[in-house]
Amino acid sequence: MATVEIDSVNVRFGDVHAVREVCVRVADGTFFSFLGPSGCGKTTLLRAISGFVEPSAGTIRIGGENMAGIGPHRRPTALVFQNLALFPLMSVWQNIAFALEVRGVGRAERRRRADELLEIIALPGQGDKMCHELSGGQRQRVAVARALAAEPAVLLLDEPLSALDLKLREHMRGELRAIQQRVGITFIYITHDQGEALTMSDQVAVMRSGAIEQVADARTLYDRPRSAFVASFVGENNAFKGEVTALDDQHATVRTKAGRFRARCDRRLREGDTALVFVRPEAIRIAPPEDMENRVTGTVAATEFEGRVWRVLLDVPGGQRVTVAQVHGEANLGDHTARSTTIGFAASQAIALPDGPLATE
Amino acid sequence: MSNSFWMRAFLVRYGTAVGACALALVAFWTFALILIPQLAMVDFSLRPNLPPAEVGGPQDVYTLEHYAYLVRGSAGAGGYNAVDLAVLARTLAVAAFVTAIDLVICYPLAYLLAQSPRGGWTRLLLLLLVVPFWVNEILRAFAFRILFGASGVLNDLLLAIGVVDQPVDFIRGNIALYSGLSYAFVLLMIFPLYNAMENLERSQIEAARDLGASRWRIHRRVVIPFAKPGISSGCTMVFMLSAGALATPQILGGPSSLWFTQLIYQWFNTGNNWPRGAAYAIVLLATTIALVLIAMRAGKVRLAEFGK
Repeated sequence: MATVEIDSVNVRFGDVHAVREVCVRVADGTFFSFLGPSGCGKTTLLRAISGFVEPSAGTIRIGGENMAGIGPHRRPTALVFQNLALFPLMSVWQNIAFALEVRGVGRAERRRRADELLEIIALPGQGDKMCHELSGGQRQRVAVARALAAEPAVLLLDEPLSALDLKLREHMRGELRAIQQRVGITFIYITHDQGEALTMSDQVAVMRSGAIEQVADARTLYDRPRSAFVASFVGENNAFKGEVTALDDQHATVRTKAGRFRARCDRRLREGDTALVFVRPEAIRIAPPEDMENRVTGTVAATEFEGRVWRVLLDVPGGQRVTVAQVHGEANLGDHTARSTTIGFAASQAIALPDGPLATE
Repeated sequence: MSNSFWMRAFLVRYGTAVGACALALVAFWTFALILIPQLAMVDFSLRPNLPPAEVGGPQDVYTLEHYAYLVRGSAGAGGYNAVDLAVLARTLAVAAFVTAIDLVICYPLAYLLAQSPRGGWTRLLLLLLVVPFWVNEILRAFAFRILFGASGVLNDLLLAIGVVDQPVDFIRGNIALYSGLSYAFVLLMIFPLYNAMENLERSQIEAARDLGASRWRIHRRVVIPFAKPGISSGCTMVFMLSAGALATPQILGGPSSLWFTQLIYQWFNTGNNWPRGAAYAIVLLATTIALVLIAMRAGKVRLAEFGK
């Protein structure tokens, strides 16, 4: 069993408090991602799990064992580096078998094991090539195989797809997920790309300024963000700031410059609080039915046709620009440009959260 | 790509006039300053030592007598020229020893410098390594004499601490010579090593460590293979220059230990036998080159990697 328990971990570098009070439990055999903008401390946290950085406070347990004072070479983890860090002067199979070489495994056995791993990463028969003869995606998989050869209980991946182009990155998401399911060990994945985190992971921890904002599965993060930061960082969102004027057991009414909106909320909000109402572009309807409770009329500033969807940018009262996404159908939404248009959304599709910093990206 | 392709690309890029000038300069450098004088020396070494009047006369024929002298000694004496051959062997062995010392000193230093963050004290350390090189060879050698002399700084220190009760003869023991030569060429070892190691990604070392490699294995499997071109060019330079050093052995060498360059110098100068001096010099050149090539083959270094 290799559950990773991170308990009140802090990492300080001089005055910089890179990781703050992180508490996370990564269940055995899951694909777990830490998602956050660059500089949020996720790489530092990963290095603390792998043993390259010692936490200033708190404990990390892997499989129940406290990792304090145990170096990276003696931990049951293996790290896939952001720049892969393959050994350029060794062949592909020697790279993969390096962990076995270190343990004194004989050459024939090393070769056999490397060939097995090449099967797992879908690169059979490529062992005798040099790494520079492989494509970016292939090198990527070799780096994973090299780490897997160490038979770690936990595989740590530090933004390993960031050097690849978009198409390949999307393909590799599926590959990595498939490899994880084949080998069945815990994967801890670091990324700033929410698409990667959401598609691959069982659980995602969103980080900001060294602290965890929310840990949840992808759908929960998207539908029920716990903070303004998560709401604005994961996926696209429209935010309306205002004051809570009424509360019932599950909904809040918030008075904003664009109008009065009713939205789902949790028990943290009180009447009179400043709140942010978030509504996804795809949850907004153009020309909503009469009985839709949240409505606002504005002027269409621009329409963008992206193929699958139309993106309509609407200037609403209060000087705010709202993004609306509509699946392309028969209507030509381009006709709306510069026209006064009413939009609406259901209270169940909007969420009111306590005021807080937004993602700036 | 073939060499002619690059040559053409070079000419296209810089224009025929500039390109031709550059090529002419390289050709002049290679032929006029290197090849022709060396060939003249080879020619010299193959001729008898004649008074000026007889040069070009009937006696001026090609001969191997000077090379034979180095091996067999005076004609008719039989046996071998044990003295000169021993000096040659000792020179090469000591030069190899000096190279090894410099490698042992410079490898960890270069590694630390290359792996520590750029700028700041790294830059200062590198500068401190360069400064001694500004001091000329003679001055440096005499400074070492003062340091290692019977009443020198080091002996005073050792006597004061009580480690020894008699001054140590560092000169006779050749400690001064080894130290002087090692010190003189430290820089030529450290810079190629540093340059090579500087390009090694830190993450490769971390990756090896993460996979369980010991410190020693990280160096053997990752750092040394990567730095091999730098190691070989550093070693080559230090070996060649120590074997060819003259002033340092002359000043710091013990009374009974002759450096091969000193023999060459004697033949040219006091011996007034330029052909024999030339022959000795060429033997030194050839043996050092041969040893370097053998060492490169043993270390599986290709000549093309040198320029890296």
